[in-house]
Order: sequence, then structure tokens, then C-alpha cells
Amino acid sequence: MSNWLDKIVPSLVRSEKKRTNIPEGLWEKCPKCESVLYRPELEKNLNVCPKCDHHMRLTARVRLNAFLDEGTLREIGAEIEPVDHLKFRDTKKYKDRLVAAQKATGEKDALIAMRGEVKGLPVVAVAFEFRFMGGSMGAVVGERFVRAANIALEEGVPMICFAASGGARMQEALFSLMQMAKTSAALERLKQAGVPYISVLTDPVYGGVSASLAMLGDLNIGEPGALVGFAGPRVIEQTVREKLPEGFQRSEFLLEHGQIDMIISRGDLRDRISSVLRMMQGLPVA
Amino acid sequence: MNPNYLDFEQPIADLEAKIEELRLVGDDNELNIEEEISKLQAKSRTLTKSLFSDLSEWQISQIARHPQRPYTLDYVDMIFDEFEEIHGDRHFSDDRALIGGIARLEGRPVMVIGHQKGREVKEKVRRNFGMPRPEGYRKALRLMEMAERFKMPILTFIDTPGAYPGIDAEERGQSEAIAFNLAAMSRLNTPIVATVVGEGGSGGALAIGVCDELMMLQYSTYSVISPEGCASILWKSADRAPDAAKAMGLTSDRLHAQGLVDQIIDEPLGGAHRDHALMAANLKKHLMETLERLSDIEPDELIERRYQRLMSYGISQ
Repeated sequence: MSNWLDKIVPSLVRSEKKRTNIPEGLWEKCPKCESVLYRPELEKNLNVCPKCDHHMRLTARVRLNAFLDEGTLREIGAEIEPVDHLKFRDTKKYKDRLVAAQKATGEKDALIAMRGEVKGLPVVAVAFEFRFMGGSMGAVVGERFVRAANIALEEGVPMICFAASGGARMQEALFSLMQMAKTSAALERLKQAGVPYISVLTDPVYGGVSASLAMLGDLNIGEPGALVGFAGPRVIEQTVREKLPEGFQRSEFLLEHGQIDMIISRGDLRDRISSVLRMMQGLPVA
Repeated sequence: MNPNYLDFEQPIADLEAKIEELRLVGDDNELNIEEEISKLQAKSRTLTKSLFSDLSEWQISQIARHPQRPYTLDYVDMIFDEFEEIHGDRHFSDDRALIGGIARLEGRPVMVIGHQKGREVKEKVRRNFGMPRPEGYRKALRLMEMAERFKMPILTFIDTPGAYPGIDAEERGQSEAIAFNLAAMSRLNTPIVATVVGEGGSGGALAIGVCDELMMLQYSTYSVISPEGCASILWKSADRAPDAAKAMGLTSDRLHAQGLVDQIIDEPLGGAHRDHALMAANLKKHLMETLERLSDIEPDELIERRYQRLMSYGISQ
């Protein structure tokens, strides 16, 4: 799997090797500005470097806990577990990869879905767990996403998605491709019903997730510096045989090219999303 | 080596060359040549039958990309009575890798949309090897919405390695263009029949593939990523593409067995490229039968049925 991650994540953002010089536990080096940061402080700042504003990745659960009001979270579809229908095997069995990912992350699959409130506003929120097989979308991700969307539709509450994914999960072959159509169809029902859907693009979002649920927001919001695209930089470089432009596929690049609506720093997401949702729903200022 | 034959087809190519040779000799020598030729022809047929009775997933992937295989415009010529091609997305340009237009199928107006590959070098480049850019998908959407207004069923023909991975395509929102089509096609109020005629390459294929009925030609493929792409990521070597093709099960029979494909359309002996006319006739028959069946369904029911079909993907019931 690591080679696959290399493809979509430039060396800038990887830090395993650099980290070895720092004692385990309390200290963490910012992969961008290399400042040594006190971990509890960094976590309090939602993994955003206080020195250079570099947005590091968050786990899905930490993300949702931070975004939703404390004590309001109720999980959706936690009981749905992955099944290896195809008995897929590459250099390892898919079944073994699943077990390893479950052990490493404590999650059953790569999407966590919750009901909850943001500053008192009832919402449904989902987040991709990038550490789980690169946040890849298979049948469980698709099903949990759709169940969350259906609750949003039935109850008329907005849906927010925090995407972080390398794309469709190859080990589920065509089933994973079909999750693109499945999730997009569910979002189309929200759109027809006038239920707001906000897509927050966090580093990184590629392939089948980018080309479906992640780009269908009433608002598509980028976190600063997030890499977002259809094809990975290496694939494009091999195809066009030229150097990619500076900042290619970063949120700032997407904003300039009219592909996303705005960039919001992680610390401001709660305030700004809840405010704009209230306007979309015709509610008074909180 | 005959470039019109794949590696594993070379024994057939050799036989066919021998037959051709005998024919030339035959002109000035009446000695039992005809008999010899028909013997060799029978042998060639038997050989083709046996080679094609046990094709690997990788061999089928190669047939799906065969340079002599019929492309969308070939089928348009052979299947429809009239065809008026419609160009452009009305925003940026006309993408020649994805074509579309209004046609008549035995008198009945339909909207035809499909990927288009080129056969000669120049044409291949002009068609960008069948890899559409965002404007291609936006043109397709424009035509599909037009079809809905004029109550025409939509017939799509899928044959692409994938959506184009280029800088310009990214700048103009390749992801958004595909995503938008997936969402819109789920609610279009007209029957949609999609047929994979060659390569069904990932999101670039699905962007014209959300449908009421999914058909695949016998030796076409449909997958989430190309065998080479899958192999280079999971096996760290594109040379393992045959293993990846097998693991993904991208052939019509395996996908049909998984319930993802509704109909398999038989190809002529030796593949669609050996007899374009026969292939087109068979495809036409399936298109007409399927349209007839879908036309009996009430519009609301059709959309609900399409939606439920999408929702059923993946989770065991």
C-alpha cells in the first residue's frame, strides 16, 4: 500500500523518516516548516501547525468529534462491515489487508458517519478515515454514505462530508466503481429536495471519490493546501511528459481555476459552515 | 507477425496467410486447390473455436482493445437509419473522444452517445485515444438533457481506457464533470441503455454508464482501473497486468455472474473485429428488444427502478 500512497502524496507531506530523530510521544515535527511541536498543543490546534499553518491529517473520529457539538454524536451504520465477495488477492489477500487496517485504525472501514449538531444546528456528518486503506471507497463506504444521506433527506437536515481518499477500492473491483454512481444518486435526491450538502475537501482527495461525492457539494470547500484531483500527479506526468505547474491540484490552485467555492482554515470550519447553513435553511443568526 | 492479429491469434494468422497464398496460386492451377482451401478454412475455424473457448481475462482485455474492433461510429453507420452528429459543450470546445447525436433506430428517434477511438495514428490523436476531457462529459450531459426534453431514449456506447489524465483536464474540472453526470443520469426521465462495446475504463466509462439496462459485448471489459494500473499499484509492476485482470474479474461473464451486468451480447467467432456486420446486427437486435421492454415502464417507475438498482450495489442483501 505504501507505494500507492507515494503516488498521491508528495514527499513534502510524508514524515515517517524525519520523525525518527524525535523522541516518541510528546513531540512532533511539522513536515512543512520543521518546527518541533508539543503534541498536546498540536492536537488542541486540530493538527494545524501553529507556526506555519500547515494542515496535517486528522483521523475521521477526531475530525467529527471536533466538528460536532460535544455530547450530540450518534453513529450511523456502525454495524456494516466489509465482505470480500471476490476473494481478491494481489500480493496479499484483501481479507488480510482488511484485518490489518482494522487493527491499525480501530475502525471497521474507511468512512465514519454521525448524526449530531454544529453549534446547535442538527446535521449529518461523515468523514473518511485515510489511514484505512487510503480512505478508499468500497461497498461499506458507499452504504454508510447513502444511509447518512437518507437520514438527511428524511429529516431535512444538512449533510457535511469530510473527504480524504485515494479513490475507489481496487480490491472490490467493479463494485467499488458502482459506489460512485450510488453515492451520487443519493446526493441528487438531496439536491432535488433542497437539503444542503457541503463537501469539505481535506488532503488528499483523488479518483473515484473526487469524481463523485466530493465534487457534488452545494458548496465545495477546500482546506488550505489540500491536494485534490481526478488523476494523481505521477500519472499525469507520465501521460503528458512535462513538469506540472507550481501548486498543481492544491486547494489554492482549484480556487483559482473555479473548481471550488472557497478555502476555509480548519479552525474556522465550525463557525463558517454552521453560519452559511443557517442562511441556506432560512434560519435566524444563532 | 500480422499486426491485425494478437499474439495468441498468430496460429490463426498463419493459417489465413496460407489460405491466401493458395488462392493466389489457384488462379493458374486447378489441381484440388479448392478442396485444400476449404480444408484449411475448416481447420482455421476449429482452431479459432478452441482458442476462443478458453480465453484468459488478460486475453479478453486485449481483444477489447483490438485495433480492428468496431468503434462507436462504426456501429452508428451499421445500426441507425439516420444520424445527425451534434458537437460541442457550448462552453469550451468539441471533444472528439466522445461523440453524440440524434439518430433513428428502425424509425424511432433516439439519442446516441459514445466514446470514439481512432484507427490511424492521426485519427487516434484527434480522438485522444478515446479519453474524454471535461468538455466531452459536459457535451454528453447536454445531449442527454436534450433527449429528456424530446422524449428520446438514450443509447450509450462505452469504449474508453478512461477519462484523460492531463493538466488541462484537471484545470477544467475532470472530477466535477464526471460526478455531475453520475448524479444527473440517476434522475433523467427517459430510458437509458448502456452498452460496453470495448474497454469500460473506470469513471471515464461510468460517466455515460448510469442506466436502466447494462449490456456488454462478449469480449468487452469493465473495471474500476486498467489491469496495468491495478498491477503497477498492487503488484508494483505493470507486467503483472494479467494477474490484475484475473483478480478484478473484468469480463462480461464474470460481471454477469455477480449481477452487475444484465445482458451479454454474443460476438462472432474470433471476436467482433472478424465480422463487423454480424456484430452490429446482433447488437441492434438487443438494443431494439431492450428499448421495447423499457418503453413499457411508466416514467416515475423507471426512475425509481434505476435508483433502487444503484442502491443495491455492493451490500449483500
